[in-house]
Amino acid sequence: MLSKRIIPCLDVRDGRLTKGIKFKGNVDIGDPVETAKQYYEQGADEIVFYDITASAEGRGIMLKVVEEVAATIFIPFSVGGGISTLEDMRNVLLAGAEKVSVNSAAVKNPGIISEGAESFGSQCIVVGMDVLQVEKSEKIPSGYEIVIHGGRKHMGIDALWWAQEAQRLGAGELCINSIDADGTKDGYELELTSMISENVTIPVIASGGAGNPQHMVEAVTKGKASAALIASIVHYGEYTIPGIKENMHNAGVKVRMNW
Amino acid sequence: MIAILDYKAGNLTSVKRALDHLNISNEITSDPEILKSSKGFIFPGVGAAGSAMRNLMANRLDETVKSLVLSGKPMLGICLGCQIILDESSENGTKTLGIIPGRCEKFDPELKDESGQPINIPHMGWNTISLEKDCILFNKIPDDAEFYFVHGYYPVPDPAYAIGKTNYGLEFCSIFGRPGLWAMQFHPEKSGKPGLQILSNFYHFCLEKNHA
Repeated sequence: MLSKRIIPCLDVRDGRLTKGIKFKGNVDIGDPVETAKQYYEQGADEIVFYDITASAEGRGIMLKVVEEVAATIFIPFSVGGGISTLEDMRNVLLAGAEKVSVNSAAVKNPGIISEGAESFGSQCIVVGMDVLQVEKSEKIPSGYEIVIHGGRKHMGIDALWWAQEAQRLGAGELCINSIDADGTKDGYELELTSMISENVTIPVIASGGAGNPQHMVEAVTKGKASAALIASIVHYGEYTIPGIKENMHNAGVKVRMNW
Repeated sequence: MIAILDYKAGNLTSVKRALDHLNISNEITSDPEILKSSKGFIFPGVGAAGSAMRNLMANRLDETVKSLVLSGKPMLGICLGCQIILDESSENGTKTLGIIPGRCEKFDPELKDESGQPINIPHMGWNTISLEKDCILFNKIPDDAEFYFVHGYYPVPDPAYAIGKTNYGLEFCSIFGRPGLWAMQFHPEKSGKPGLQILSNFYHFCLEKNHA
């Protein structure tokens, strides 16, 4: 039986983590490669890097980071943030990432999903979606709208429609990030996550809102997600990946316990 | 030296990185002479069977692979490299290498998992393997180890070759072959420590065979 995945997400700028990560002994680590190694050894099932670098120079540094990570950890990892062309995808995949994640670039230019899937295979293409709950309307029948720029720009696109469209275009996986839940620590947006999981056949990753280990259980049971993205809940030593997986295991969720 | 068969089918570098990490000398190559001089070779791959077969045939690598196997050169097929050694794929009815009898089928989206939910396709993530036969590639690997899979088609080899099975909506053969000719649907190069152990076990088999 397939295990549910726990995926830590690391924000990187100019080749360094945007915030130092606290591991045992309260050592701050700003190095994404060392952090990825720690999470790999602690049983992360996959790792996501989100590159918030703006400059071209910073992008070059990120590719070096990807190469080093690929030589250090032997589980899949993906890179997102600022990927908007086939060339960006190719660079990241050649540097050793398993998958690339496209978000706002895919909203603006959906063709990038199909081009990426044709060139590199659907399994490489993760479509990230930032979603905000809105009034149900003729235009947004599901009551969930696609937004970009961290929620500041409404795109007038229904999230459920977009999820199905992304699948049709060749996405291999969807990462559903609730802007409403993000940062609240009140748990994932389960209604949104389950609605999308039930209406696509590709795997769905729940993102945004994790505050305690029970939330990851809910994401993959009530939310019907295949995986849960986690960030601050583990970055600052509040909880650990082994502890989170142990809790899921005890709740009857199949997770990878031997790594 | 372990050769990694280069047929323009992606995922070559991740196998190389894993072997580098294990300090196993290796070379990505499509040169028949280098392949012949290797202690064993890995047939990796991700993607579609049709385009992979076209790439193989364009460089006569189909014949090279068959003669290497016939000569007793140890081989490890991974993912697409495991599927393509069977006779055919239901992916557009593509005829494949026919090194081991069998075919590849597509996961049926109507299949349900143990909790009654429809399965996601592709089968993407970590899953276990139950061995039906002893396999030296699984030396030093705990029974509950999990391996990383990502595929929309699954191999259906002649049952005589089955080594281990995995459950995903149905039970399929996730590793098959015979000593010295192994094919696995999962990615040992992306399966953490148990996966690295499989690659290391393959290497040690190749060393011993070459000394025998």
